[in-house]
Amino acid sequence: MTAALTPFLALVRKDLIQFLSDRRALVISLALPIVIAAFFGSLFGGGTKTSAIEVALVQQDTSEIGQRIAAGLKADPNLHIVSMAMAEAENAVRKGTQKVAIVLPAGFGEAAGAALFGNREKPSIPLLYDPSQPAVLGMVKGMLTQQVMSVVSAEMFGGKMGQELTERSLRQLDEQAKTDPDSRALRDMLASVQKYQALPAKDNAGGAAAGPSKGLSMPFTTADKQLSSGIAEQGYNAYAHSFAGMGVQFILFMGIDMGIGILLARRSGVWNRLLAAPVSLTQVLLARAASGAIIAFSLLCIVFAVAVAVFGVHIASLPGFIGMALCFGVLTASLGLVIAAFGKTPEAARKIAMFAVLVMVMLGGAWLPSFLFPDWMQQLTVAVPTRWAVDGLDAVTWRGMDALAVLPAMGVQLGFALVFGLLAVWKFKREQR
Amino acid sequence: MSPVLLSVNNLVKTYGTRRAVDGVSFRVLAGQTVGLLGPNGAGKSTTVGMLCGFLTPDSGEIFLGGERIAPGAAAVKRKIGVVPQDLALYEDLSALENLRLFGALYGLRGKLLAERIEKVLGQVNLLDRARDKPATYSGGMKRRLNIAAALMHDPELLILDEPTVGVDPQSRNAIFDTLEALQAQGKALIYTSHYMEEVERLADHIVIIDHGKVLADESPASLHSRLAAQAALRVELAEPAHASLLDGLRGQRGVTSLIADGGALDIGLAQAADALPVMGWLQQAGCRPLHFATARTSLEDIFLSLTGRTLRD
Repeated sequence: MTAALTPFLALVRKDLIQFLSDRRALVISLALPIVIAAFFGSLFGGGTKTSAIEVALVQQDTSEIGQRIAAGLKADPNLHIVSMAMAEAENAVRKGTQKVAIVLPAGFGEAAGAALFGNREKPSIPLLYDPSQPAVLGMVKGMLTQQVMSVVSAEMFGGKMGQELTERSLRQLDEQAKTDPDSRALRDMLASVQKYQALPAKDNAGGAAAGPSKGLSMPFTTADKQLSSGIAEQGYNAYAHSFAGMGVQFILFMGIDMGIGILLARRSGVWNRLLAAPVSLTQVLLARAASGAIIAFSLLCIVFAVAVAVFGVHIASLPGFIGMALCFGVLTASLGLVIAAFGKTPEAARKIAMFAVLVMVMLGGAWLPSFLFPDWMQQLTVAVPTRWAVDGLDAVTWRGMDALAVLPAMGVQLGFALVFGLLAVWKFKREQR
Repeated sequence: MSPVLLSVNNLVKTYGTRRAVDGVSFRVLAGQTVGLLGPNGAGKSTTVGMLCGFLTPDSGEIFLGGERIAPGAAAVKRKIGVVPQDLALYEDLSALENLRLFGALYGLRGKLLAERIEKVLGQVNLLDRARDKPATYSGGMKRRLNIAAALMHDPELLILDEPTVGVDPQSRNAIFDTLEALQAQGKALIYTSHYMEEVERLADHIVIIDHGKVLADESPASLHSRLAAQAALRVELAEPAHASLLDGLRGQRGVTSLIADGGALDIGLAQAADALPVMGWLQQAGCRPLHFATARTSLEDIFLSLTGRTLRD
């Protein structure tokens, strides 16, 4: 250690001691981002496994078809079906404890079967839903349609009720054929169905969920592959994004405190004492920036260590993460210097800086992922440094990218830090003149 | 005569259209204590800022031991210790940590740093509170630690900017004891204040500043001799003094000035011995003095005569 470094290291050491001895700052900078990130992470899906949708089922149709539909819904891993009486279901949806309630009305199975081949009126399934959950309603409708089509068609092609309905329909069509020659074609088709019904059944148990049957089934399946570069078993982790967003937000708050600390030092006369010593203004500012960057880097590492250990967040590229954390640390420190340089009083500067940081983290996608933004906003927020910080951290965690892929994000953050730092030095030197 | 330690030549500092310091020049000899006197806003703190190197003068020069002081002049800054007007300490760090920091800023480290910390804490009588934070100190203890921080690098010149503001009399005496010990060690001091009695006690040379200009730059004895009045007599009469009485009083031997406010008379005297004949004349003139007092003229009177206003204006 050379003598020239002694003042610089002493200033950095002083800042670190001050930060560590301030328990309030430690709590705000560490505990809050972890708690809030955990909350947001769980809100947006938590880990890779999606939770089943809570659905109430009011089963008024006690027919075989109705029971098979209910069994199929209960077997769907995307749904968690709870059987309820009508009044109970209405109350639960009204209170919001159930998002959707499916009401299978009495006689639904028979009516649906008749409507499939005849020109009978189609029965209706009432769906009660929480107005705040329209997206869930759509999902439940889709899964219900699949179940009903599968079970009703299976019954119609191979079930006892289907045979009875086919015979009844054929008799009616024979009568109609006397006056309506066009109904002959439909009669021929139903006659073929009747022959098909006479074939030995392969499996009639369990409805649609019980493997191949005589009924209609979806003519395709989907091969779901997550569009990230991460390892397949990891995939998207909502906690990863939440910890990135909340880490960025609260560490920037620490940066504000750092800037306010300089303003308080200037007010108290400590700043003048520092400048009266044989150290240059640039050295004092650099030392402050170094300590701020070290603190910000350490905080981000600790926050993510908790995310990895407790919430299963996967860091795909450790060098990439360290690079991102270092660059973000430098960005945070330079933000603190700008606040100190341009702030008039600590009180006013804190309010303005808090507002600015909240806008920055909001536009940076710290609260909601930026891919949810409208296109124009996604393009606009490229000019916000926090967008690069959050996207970069997302990239080296759940997106599974390597350090090379986040070099642009690191570069942009360092660019912003350089601009902030130069502005701060210019302003401080201007005031010294 | 001691050699010149600090030479301040025609300093000018302007803020907007206001000239805070307007051609200030003075010298400080080695081992000398210079009192820098002036009311609030006179330009003292701006002058101190330039002396300490954290403000750049618009024009003019400052030399310490032949080296020019400027914001980047590290070598010359090592010879100056600064005690700012405000408590320039980190209250959330212990006294030890504060001194460690301020010593390190001047390049001290290791054993030398530890020795200096022990020495300055001893000088200001805070050895037993070294590990406590200044936040737990009394006002006087904080002021002493403020001085200790400036002494860490053993400077040749100590600049104290109103170091006793808000200090109780006991702590003020403790601070004076410390400063007098430094004087005895041959340290040069610049002591700014608007407390005349402090400057009179410590300074062997006085620079009076007002509106950014130097009004006087001489020893206390020389300043006293500039006043026609060497003593003051204050008399309170039972009745208001009429014009003929005041005219007669002005003509008395030894009376150098007279200010009347109803029955209250402030009479300047060439010497204290002139007070008795003046009191005798007043009685012969039929006046009934209710109360009277004499006093030696002070720097306050000198400042009043130079600027037309008091130091605390």
